[in-house]
Amino acid sequence: MSGSVIEIIHEKAKDEEPLVVARAVYEHPYIVRLCHWINTVALFVMAGSGLQIFRAFPSFGAKIPEKDLLHWPKAFAIGGWLGGALQWHLTFMWIYIGTGVLYLAYQIFSGNYRQVLFMPRDIPGVWPMVKHYFFFGPKPPVREAYNPLQKHAYTTAIVLGVLSVLTGLVIWKPAQFSWLGWTMGGFHYARIWHFVIMWAILFFVLGHLVMVILHGWNNFVSMLTGWKKDPEY
Amino acid sequence: MSKIDRRMTDKKFSQVSRRELLKLAPVLALGAFAIPKLQQGLLKKGLGFSDWASARLFRPGHLATTFDNAELTPFEKFPINGYDVDDPGVIFENWNLTVSGAVKKPGDYSLAQVQALPRYRQNTRHVCIEGWDVIGRFGGARLADFLQLVGADPAARFITVNCADDYYESLDMATALHPQTLLCYEMYEQPLSREHGAPLRLQIPTKVGYKQAKYLTDLKVTNVLDRVGYWEDQGYSWFYGM
Repeated sequence: MSGSVIEIIHEKAKDEEPLVVARAVYEHPYIVRLCHWINTVALFVMAGSGLQIFRAFPSFGAKIPEKDLLHWPKAFAIGGWLGGALQWHLTFMWIYIGTGVLYLAYQIFSGNYRQVLFMPRDIPGVWPMVKHYFFFGPKPPVREAYNPLQKHAYTTAIVLGVLSVLTGLVIWKPAQFSWLGWTMGGFHYARIWHFVIMWAILFFVLGHLVMVILHGWNNFVSMLTGWKKDPEY
Repeated sequence: MSKIDRRMTDKKFSQVSRRELLKLAPVLALGAFAIPKLQQGLLKKGLGFSDWASARLFRPGHLATTFDNAELTPFEKFPINGYDVDDPGVIFENWNLTVSGAVKKPGDYSLAQVQALPRYRQNTRHVCIEGWDVIGRFGGARLADFLQLVGADPAARFITVNCADDYYESLDMATALHPQTLLCYEMYEQPLSREHGAPLRLQIPTKVGYKQAKYLTDLKVTNVLDRVGYWEDQGYSWFYGM
């Protein structure tokens, strides 16, 4: 179903030719859209409650003497206090992981990953896109749902999502996942990575939102209905 | 340009689009978390599920990482954490650990009786729920050995402790029997200081900091928890295994 193209027509009176009004491509299968939106909510809660947890010890050094890194405003945090934030964090992490696993499984088994996954053959197309977006270069021809730079951004975001879960697991269970913690430099470093990865994901979200606004309504609607009207390809 | 798979009237396309949009309705179920009446219950369920998963992830034979002496946090930089007072004024000469519940030999046990059990010393990481961590050197008797001494029923589900500062905690039996779970009376090879919980505290490398109750006075082996723990009863996770 994904990738199928339709012609939208406006039927006229009996003996008149139907008028082709638009074309539409089915870009986003149901599971992808469902996971996208549930994960959006979960990501928002995870970041907000995570920042409230961070407020309890806003440092990455020693407890004694403690040198605070930054004072994150309570207004931009979820949970009210450390215990409340942990309730949100330890509840929504299952929703975050669940939608992530469902998404990855669907993409792999349906073959739909080809639409998103950045592959070596996409490398030559990156620089022309960067030139177009940031240096007023000519727009490269659009041949598929995502251009090479988009694939790069989405693939990176998915990898960051996986890493946010793995670093989180080490913080939650440093003894049970000690081998995983070892690859990150231990509990102390896992907490730093977890924090850095969150900001990287939020940076992606910011860029994602800017691009969605720039690409217009039809593009946004496609993540709701699956169908993108008047695609450029 | 791709080939056209089929044609659809604009009316039909609107219908299809609407139907696809409605299929996303399950996302709205998350809105239940925004309803004040439901929120606490849902979060409690979520935390309970995490605790359930934690108990399943816990491996009784798996040891928490131990460290070289060179990696120890200096004793003076080991934080003193208490919920009330740093020193509840325990009179050591009169101190006993009162044991009750599903045990063959209930009664008062002296520090000497605890210290007569084999002593274990371990350099392990102490992780606070706030996020900081330190590596300390702890010494004491295995709680498992003590439970054997008092004839505890190993089929019982929980251990509860009360403290001289009115703090209280509870432990699952699997963690209580873990070889690194200590009745700790030593830090850095010195007798436990008052601020760190003298004369006896729990030291559990497979649990978060607030589970490691200080100034123990009572220990009970039980199948029912009347109350869970000082922090847990305010909303912290019960299992919180590392």
